Amino acid sequence: MAKAPKHTMSRALVRRETISGYLFLLPSLIFFLGFVVFPMVYCIILSLTDANMYTEGLGNFVGLENFIDLWRDSVFLEALKNTFIIVVVSVPTVCAFSLWVSSAIYKLKGPLLSAFRCIFYLPVVTGSVAVTVVWKWMFDNYTGIFNFVLKGTGLIDKNINWLGDSRFALWCIILILFTTSVGQPIVLYVSALGNVDATLVEAAKVDGATDLQVFWRIKWPQMMPTTLYILVITTINSFQCFALIQLLTSGGSGTNTVMYYIYYTAFKLTEQSGHFGYANAMGVILAIFIGLLSALQFKLAKEK
Amino acid sequence: MKSGVKRTTPYKVISIIILVILAILFLFPLYWIVTGAFKPTTDIYASQPVWWPSEWVTSNFEKLFTKRSAPLFEIGSLVAPTVPAAIRWLVNTVFMSVAAMLLTCITAAMAGYALAKKRFVGRTLLFSLIICAMALPKQVILIPLLKEMSALKLYGSLWAVIFPTVGWPFGVFLMKQFCEGVPGEMLEAARIDGASEARTFTQIVVPLIKPGIGALAIFTFINSWNDYFMQLVMLPNSANFTISLGIATLQGESSVDTGLLMAGAALAAVPIIIVFLIFQKYFTQGITMGAVKG
Repeated sequence: MAKAPKHTMSRALVRRETISGYLFLLPSLIFFLGFVVFPMVYCIILSLTDANMYTEGLGNFVGLENFIDLWRDSVFLEALKNTFIIVVVSVPTVCAFSLWVSSAIYKLKGPLLSAFRCIFYLPVVTGSVAVTVVWKWMFDNYTGIFNFVLKGTGLIDKNINWLGDSRFALWCIILILFTTSVGQPIVLYVSALGNVDATLVEAAKVDGATDLQVFWRIKWPQMMPTTLYILVITTINSFQCFALIQLLTSGGSGTNTVMYYIYYTAFKLTEQSGHFGYANAMGVILAIFIGLLSALQFKLAKEK
Repeated sequence: MKSGVKRTTPYKVISIIILVILAILFLFPLYWIVTGAFKPTTDIYASQPVWWPSEWVTSNFEKLFTKRSAPLFEIGSLVAPTVPAAIRWLVNTVFMSVAAMLLTCITAAMAGYALAKKRFVGRTLLFSLIICAMALPKQVILIPLLKEMSALKLYGSLWAVIFPTVGWPFGVFLMKQFCEGVPGEMLEAARIDGASEARTFTQIVVPLIKPGIGALAIFTFINSWNDYFMQLVMLPNSANFTISLGIATLQGESSVDTGLLMAGAALAAVPIIIVFLIFQKYFTQGITMGAVKG
C-alpha cells in the first residue's frame, strides 16, 4: 500500500479515524449530551410552558407568556437591577485588584509567590457555605467584628445591622463575593505576566521607557486575551452569585438577584408553588445575557 | 540576560506592606472560623471581640457530633453502624467528589485525546458545541436537570450531582489543550509498530498528559466538593446530605449557636484546604491551561 501524504488521507483512514475518534469520545459524550446539552434544550422548551413541580412532563404550551410576564414583574426587575449592580461593581474591581496584586507579586521568589497566590485563592477553596457562615458572624449586629472595630475606632457610634439594612446588605454581599472572586484572576495574571516577551521589555528599557510606559505599552496589550477571559469568568461568577444570598439574606434587604429569584420561584414560591416554566424563562434570559457577553469576548479576542 | 538592576524603591516597599495587610485580611475569615470553633461560649458572646480564645475547648465539636446521628453508609439493604451525622455528611461528600473526579478524568482524557489528535467527521462542530456550553452558566440548567433526574429515578441520590459534574465540558477542553502537546510522531511510531488504539492511549498518551490529569483531578475534586447550589437542588433528603448542606441546615436551625456553626464550618473547610495545599501546583497549572484559547 502506497503511503498517502499527510494532507490527503485515504478514505479508509478517514473512516478508521472517525470510528476510533468517536469510540474515545463516547463515554464523555454520553454525559455531555445527556446532562448538559439535553437540559439546555429542555430549559428553553420548559420556558415556553406553564410546567410546575408537580406536572409530569411539560405542562401546557404558553408561548412567550412567561417572558412577557417577567417584564411586568417588579420583583424580577428589582432582581435584575441588583444583579447588574453586582456585575458592574465587582467585575472592574476584581480585574483591577487582581492585576495590581499580580504585578506586585509575580517577580517574587518562588515560595513567596506561591504563598501569596495561595492566600488569595483560599476563600475560593474554603467553599461558599463555610465562607458565608463566618461572614454572617462578622457582620452580626451584636457579636460581629465589623461593629466592634468600627465602634472602637469611632467611625460609627451605633451598631449597624449590616445584613438587615437595605442600604448596606447588597454591598456586604459584593464585598464577600469580591474576596471569593480574585483568586483565579490572580493565578491567570501572574502566569500571563511571566509570559510577556522579555526581549521587548528589554528593548523598551534600553530606549529609556519608564516602568509605567513598559506596562501600558508592552505588557498590557500582550495580556489582553487573559484580561478578556478574566472579564468573562468574573461576569459569569457574579451573575451566578447564589449561595451568599440564600444563606445571608434569603433575598431580603434589597439583595434579591436573578439567580436567587430563579431558585425562589422554582422551589419556594407559595402561591404558584414551583413554577418551573417561569423560572426557566429567567434562566434563558440570564443565559442570553451571558452568552452575548462571552460572544463579544471571543470576537474581541479573535481581532487581537 | 537578567532584566534591570534590583532597586528598592519606596513604591516597592509600600506595595509589599499593602500586600501583607491584604493577605492578613484574606486569611482572617479562616482564622476566625478555626479559633471560633474552639472558643467557649463566653468568648463568642463577649462584649469585646476575643482575638485569641481565652481557653481552647472542644464543646462545639461535641455538640456538632452529638446533635444528630445517621448510619455511616447505606448500600441497598446493607446499613452500616450509626455515627454522628456530620461524619456521614463527610463520607457522602468524599464519595461524591472522588466519583466525580475519577469519572471526569477518565472520560475527559479520552475525549480530549480524540479531539486533539483524531481527524474525524464532526470534530469542529463538536468542539464549537463544547465551547458554547462552557460559556453558558451551569446553574440555569438545574431545573431541567432536576426533572430529568427524577424521570431517571436518580433525584435525591448522590449520582444526580455526580453525573452533571462529569458532563461539564471544561475537563474535555483542558485535556484537549494538554493532548495537543503529545508529539504526532510518537503516535505514528506506535501505529507502525502495530500497537492497538487502546494501547497507544494508555501506554503513550496517558503518561505524557499526567500533569494535565492531575490538574483536572484536583480541580474537579474541589469544585465538586464546593458546588453548593447543585447539591441543594438535587439532594433533599438528610440521608444524602453533603457537608455543605449539613452546615447550611445547621445555620437555618440554630443560627444563634455561633460556636457550633464555626465547628461545622471548620469541618467543611479544613479537609478541602489541606487537599488544595498539597496539590496546589497542579491546580495552578490547570487554571492557566484552561484559559488558553483553543
